Amino acid sequence: MSDLLRGLQPLLSSHLALVLIALAIASVIALPLAIVASSRPRLAFAVVTGAGVIQTVPGLALLALMVPVLAKTGVLSPFGFAPAVIALTLYAMLPILRNAVTGIRGVDPAAVEAARGMGMSPWQIMRLVELPLAAPVIAAGVRMATVWTVGAATLATPVGQPSLGNYIFAGLQTRNFTMLLVGVAASAALALALDGILALAERSLRARRRRFPFAAAASFVALAALVFFAPRFDRRATTAHATQATAVRAVTHVRLGGKPFTEQYVLVELMRARLESAGIGVDVAEGLGSTMAFDALVRGDIDAYVDYSGTLWTNEMKRAGVPPRWQIEAEVSGWLAHEHGIRSLGRLGFENEYVLAMRRDVATRLGLRTLADLARAAPKLSIGADYEFFSRAEWDAVRRAYGLDFAKTANFDPALLYDAVQRGDVDVITAFSSDGRIAADDLVVLDDPAGALPAYDAMILVGARAAGDRHVACALVPLQVPVERMRVANAMVDRDKKTPAEAAAWLLSTMGTLPDCSKL
Amino acid sequence: MIELERVEKSFGGMPAVRGVSLTVAKGELVAIVGGSGSGKTTLLRMVNRLVEPDAGEVRVGGRDVRAEPAVALRRTIGYVIQHIGLLPHLTVEENIAMVPRLLDWTREAIASRVTELLDRVGLPASRYAARYPDELSGGQQQRVGIARALAAKPRVLLLDEPLGALDPITRVALQRELRAIHRDLGLTTLMVTHDIVEALSLADRVAVMLNGEIRQIATPGELVRAPADDWVAEVVEVARAQGETLRGLGQP
Repeated sequence: MSDLLRGLQPLLSSHLALVLIALAIASVIALPLAIVASSRPRLAFAVVTGAGVIQTVPGLALLALMVPVLAKTGVLSPFGFAPAVIALTLYAMLPILRNAVTGIRGVDPAAVEAARGMGMSPWQIMRLVELPLAAPVIAAGVRMATVWTVGAATLATPVGQPSLGNYIFAGLQTRNFTMLLVGVAASAALALALDGILALAERSLRARRRRFPFAAAASFVALAALVFFAPRFDRRATTAHATQATAVRAVTHVRLGGKPFTEQYVLVELMRARLESAGIGVDVAEGLGSTMAFDALVRGDIDAYVDYSGTLWTNEMKRAGVPPRWQIEAEVSGWLAHEHGIRSLGRLGFENEYVLAMRRDVATRLGLRTLADLARAAPKLSIGADYEFFSRAEWDAVRRAYGLDFAKTANFDPALLYDAVQRGDVDVITAFSSDGRIAADDLVVLDDPAGALPAYDAMILVGARAAGDRHVACALVPLQVPVERMRVANAMVDRDKKTPAEAAAWLLSTMGTLPDCSKL
Repeated sequence: MIELERVEKSFGGMPAVRGVSLTVAKGELVAIVGGSGSGKTTLLRMVNRLVEPDAGEVRVGGRDVRAEPAVALRRTIGYVIQHIGLLPHLTVEENIAMVPRLLDWTREAIASRVTELLDRVGLPASRYAARYPDELSGGQQQRVGIARALAAKPRVLLLDEPLGALDPITRVALQRELRAIHRDLGLTTLMVTHDIVEALSLADRVAVMLNGEIRQIATPGELVRAPADDWVAEVVEVARAQGETLRGLGQP
């Protein structure tokens, strides 16, 4: 718990910085736009509708969308801070814009008329009459935007920007509910605190007294202090980039990436332990979305992470068909080196591929052992899968190979799939072969005699900057993890509530004597 | 002096003012009386260019109002409207100081002018200067409205139903106040009202408007003695009937 709280401060300050910067940019754009639009009904309709359309895009999708957009423009890094801030800014625009337009247009016409009769210019009317009178409504819009943005900023984690989402995603994926709750509570507390400060400001505006409330100002300064004086992740990131620019000889610092599920958290710790023992500094961007991690590696925003041959084969190479595993691995490695200068350190020793699993008692009762058996029973059964499975080539392949046709299909968050099959909400789920919960929950993995599901060999990928470094290679190449051990390590985290670092330490201890890479 | 010469105005093809000419002599108070839609407010608003006439000419102090920017013109014309139009987010003092501020008066000049005017309208600065409009009664608010119109020593004063939103007692008190101010300052004043009694008791001359035309313009006495047509007679009759009803009630 105290570890969690220690780790909270940098996440909180990164989260707050993200929120405040996005709000500031959104206000700077939305307020002038509202001023211009308030006297032009058609323009007002267009901008408010436009902002409304952006708002209907789900937060996670909007953040994820910024990555390819930024990658295309090539001006800003599509990784971490920039896509997060841009998406949150767009997200915060609507309430600010809508309230400002409504507020300005709702000003008593008698006041405007009196101002005109007094000889105020249109700009003076805006500045001295309309804006002050609309201020409470505008402030309410900023307040609403703030609360939304604090919540939406947790989604910055999958695009590589640390936020309170790190605890939420990691907590959910590794079934560490304390961590999840700490993340959620911190996010809620931050939202309430900012809301409270802005409520103070808004109330004083409503009372039409122009003195800025000292209490609100003071609380705001206190919160801001949290941002600027707390240690931050991005400061370390800056050092990493600086190193990148000046590194001529040895790589002294490596940034590891990881996707948001248990195995990845463990493998990040495993690589971290090896690299640190070789005297290389490490920092970590965890919880990256699947394609996000690959893009980050290509761009050099991270230096290494673990991916799976089948994932790269389908998602990045856009290849269809299911060739034998050796062919996939060979083609993937060649493609990585040739297209992106990325080095694959070869198979880590286990596969983490899609399998279909079900409860042992159900499988026994129905007499099911293989996917061919399942095809007979499927019309009366339901299947649950993660978000992407039904849209992947594997699903088509396995359906074609066995003629699978289920009565019902449902999507679940990966963390909830196992509970769903345990409770009997669904009969069959997609699982990953290395997942510790297969054993822990006593699930049966159905055989795939036709080889329809492609191989997903785990492999460490190293980006161009660190690919040729001897220390990095010495530290990472010897790592070997057989699938049984990966399952145990995953179960240590998921079931036994050990930390990923503890599970990684156990994995290392099973590998015997590894070379000492600090003296090369 | 205010001169309107054959001014015309239509809104969406509907004529509101049809070729009206009207002169308010220096120091005179002229009241325009008419029902809703008679064009009286449109006529008044042509003077400070809140409405631009389609045809005709408007002069203030002998100069065409179009000779200077509308914004600059309005700062030299006092303007009081029915809905008072005090700015609710500003104090009494800040409201009155607004036009002098726009005209870049010095801080001291503004402060002494505000005090002087508040005393003049019967709201001592020490008690009222720092209040907000919603802390005042309707009558007090309109006194501030009048003080504000006078703040920058305007050349002429326009009153658009200035007492229309007030209760009868406050109204009569403020009528007296307006008369006294007009007498003291001798300000050329054009006023619009739908209340014939108010017009007759306040104005030097009264113009009766119907359908965008002035049917008669005369001193209150002439208007009562010799209405120009049946319609004017009818309007005057309303005032007379009110008076007689009251007199009848007063007799034993």
